[in-house]
Amino acid sequence: MDSALIPRGVKRCPTWQFALWIGAAGAVLLWGVFAMLLCWFKGLNQTNMNDSYGFALWIWADLAVIALGGGAFFTGFLRYIVGKDELKNIINYAVLIGFICYSSALLILAIDIGQPLRGWFIFWHANVHSMLTEVAFCLTCYFGVLTIEYVPLILENRQIDKVPFFHRLGHNMHEIMAVFAATGAFLSFFHQGSLGGVSGVLFGRPFGYREGIFIWPWTFFLYTWSAAACGPCFTIMITKITEKVTGKRLVKQNVIELLAKISGWMIGTYIIAKIIDTWYWAKVTAPAAGFNLMDFYSNNPFYGIWILVLEIVICGVVPAIILTSEKGRKNPAALMTAIILAVLGACVNRWVMVLQVMAVPVLTFENWVMYYPSWQEVATTILPVAYGVILISLSYRYLPIFPQEQELNPEV
Amino acid sequence: MKEEQSKEKVKKFGMVIDLDKCTGCGACMVACMAENNVPFKEDESKKLDSITWLRIYKLTNGKSFPDADICYLPRPCQHCGGKGDHGHSPCVSVCPATATDYNKETGIVSQIYTRCFGCRYCMAACPYHARYFNWWDPVWPDGMEKYLSPNVSVRMRGVVEKCSFCFHRYQLAMDKAYYEGRREIEETEYQTACTQSCPANAIAFGDLNNSGHAVYELKKDKNAFRLLERLQTNPKVYYLSSREWVRRAGDNYLKDEKK
Repeated sequence: MDSALIPRGVKRCPTWQFALWIGAAGAVLLWGVFAMLLCWFKGLNQTNMNDSYGFALWIWADLAVIALGGGAFFTGFLRYIVGKDELKNIINYAVLIGFICYSSALLILAIDIGQPLRGWFIFWHANVHSMLTEVAFCLTCYFGVLTIEYVPLILENRQIDKVPFFHRLGHNMHEIMAVFAATGAFLSFFHQGSLGGVSGVLFGRPFGYREGIFIWPWTFFLYTWSAAACGPCFTIMITKITEKVTGKRLVKQNVIELLAKISGWMIGTYIIAKIIDTWYWAKVTAPAAGFNLMDFYSNNPFYGIWILVLEIVICGVVPAIILTSEKGRKNPAALMTAIILAVLGACVNRWVMVLQVMAVPVLTFENWVMYYPSWQEVATTILPVAYGVILISLSYRYLPIFPQEQELNPEV
Repeated sequence: MKEEQSKEKVKKFGMVIDLDKCTGCGACMVACMAENNVPFKEDESKKLDSITWLRIYKLTNGKSFPDADICYLPRPCQHCGGKGDHGHSPCVSVCPATATDYNKETGIVSQIYTRCFGCRYCMAACPYHARYFNWWDPVWPDGMEKYLSPNVSVRMRGVVEKCSFCFHRYQLAMDKAYYEGRREIEETEYQTACTQSCPANAIAFGDLNNSGHAVYELKKDKNAFRLLERLQTNPKVYYLSSREWVRRAGDNYLKDEKK
C-alpha cells in the first residue's frame, strides 16, 4: 500500500504488520498523553513530588536523555570535524536519536514546570547567573540545529526527492552540514555542561556541590565529557536493538567498533576524571561542609555505597576496559555488555545528581526523604519512549537512514 | 563621610530568635499564615506538601530521662546574603527567570509570584527547605476569603512562595514615613507578624546594621549562631541558646570534630 514511499532496494514488513506495531506504540503514547493532560489541567499535584523533592523523575529523565542524545553531537563532531569518514554510515541514525532525545527533553520540561504557559519567561526574564538559563538557550538552539540536520533526511524520501526544489535543498543542506555539526558541538558543550552545573553550583547542597574554575563547577566539564562518552554507546545500543527488531544487519561491524573504541577511550578518561572529582569531593569539599563521605550513603533505606560502586566501577571502569581492548570489542557479548553498562552509568550518574541531592538531609534535625513516582510521572516519562519508537519506525520505513543496509542485506 | 552615609542607608533586616524562650506554641506560625494569606489543604496530615512559611522544628538531644532535653526551633526563610554577603543567595542565583530577587536596600529575598513559572530550582537550592510550591490552587473555606489580607496577593497553583519578612509591612511603614516627610522608619514601625505574635517575646526583628535596633547587639551574643554557617549561605536569622547541644545542632560537624 505504501510501497511508493519505501526507499528502493530495501525490504520492509507488510503494511498491516507495520500498522499493528505503530498501533501498539501509539497506545502507550496515548497513555502518556492522557497523563500529560492530567498534569497540565489538574496541576503537579498529580505527581508524587513534594517540597523536599522539587526535582524528581522528570528532571532525571531530562538529564539522562540529553546525555544519551549526546551521541548526535559527538558523532557529528567526529564525522565532520575530526574527519572519521566511516561514521557517515551511522551519523543519520545518531542525528535521529538525538532529535528524539532533545524533543523529548523539551516536552518533559514543558510538563515539569508549574506554569507551562509562562515557560517563555526563561528567555524573557533571563537570569544570566542561572545554569538553567544557559540550558534553556543552548538546548533550544541545539534542538534547532538537530532539526536542520534531520530535515535533509526527510527530503531524501523517494517521493519528496522527486520535487526538484526539495532535491536541491536537501543536497545543499548536506553540503553545509559541517557548519551545523560544529555549531551543534559548540552548543552541546555548553548545555551539557550547564546541566552538570545545575547541581554543581548548589552550594547549599553538599552532596551535589562541587568546586571548579571561574563560574563552572567540575560537574560542568564532567557532564559534557560523559555525554560525549556515553552518548555514542546509546546510539550503538539503539542500532543493535533496531537490528534485532528488524532482523537485519544495518551498520557494518567496523563502524560500530570504531565508535565503540572512541567511546571506550572517552569513558576511560572520563572515569579517571570522575574518580579524581569524587575523591576530592569526599576528602575536601564535603568535609569542609561538615560531612563525611559515608554520611551520604548511610542511615537510609536505598542510597548505600553500592550506588557509587555501580556508577563508577561497574558502569564506568568495566565498560572502559572492555571497549578500549580490541578483544572486548570483537566479542559481541562483551561489546553489548559494555554498551549497556555505559548507558546505565550515565543514567545512574544523572539519577544521583538529581534525586540523591534531594534525599540527603542538610539540616541536622531533618531526616532522609524517600520518593517514588506516581503513575502519571511514569506514564509521561514512558511517553517519549513510545514517541521515539514511532519516529524511528517511520524514519526507518520511509527514509534511507542506513546507507549500508542494501549492501548488507542483498535481495535474493 | 560619603561612604559613612551610604553605609548607614543600607539596611539588613534580620531576626534573632531566643530558643531558650521559645515554647513551641505555634502562635508565630498561625500569625504568619493569617498575615500572608498562606493557603492550606483540607487534609494537612501530609506535611511534605504543606505550606508553612514559618515552620517550627522540634529538636531533641537524643538522651533518655533524666537527661532528655528538647528545643523548639522556628525556621522562617533565612534571607541569605550568599557567599561574601553579595546577595547571591542559593536560591536567587539559580532562578532562571529572575523571579526571586535580593533587595540590596533591605537584604530581603523576595519572590515575584507573577514571574515564577514553577521550575522549582530554587527549592532544590535551598538547604533550609524554606521554599514551598503551590501544588494546588488555594481554596478558602466559605466566607474566609473576606478575611484575607488585602496587602498580600494570594498565589496561584504552580508557583513557589516563601517568607518575605512581611515585606508589605515595610512598604506600608515606608509609605507612612514618606507621607510624614521622613526618610527613615523607627524600629517599631516595621515588625513581622511572627515577632509581634510571640507570647514569650522570643523573636526580635530589626535592622542588623542599625546600632539602635535590638537585633544589632543580640546577634553579637556569645550564644548566637546561625543555621548551616559552614555552607556560607550567610543567613540573616540568628538563634540564641545557652545549651551547647542546641548550638551544635545548627550545623554539621565531622565525627570528633570540635566546634
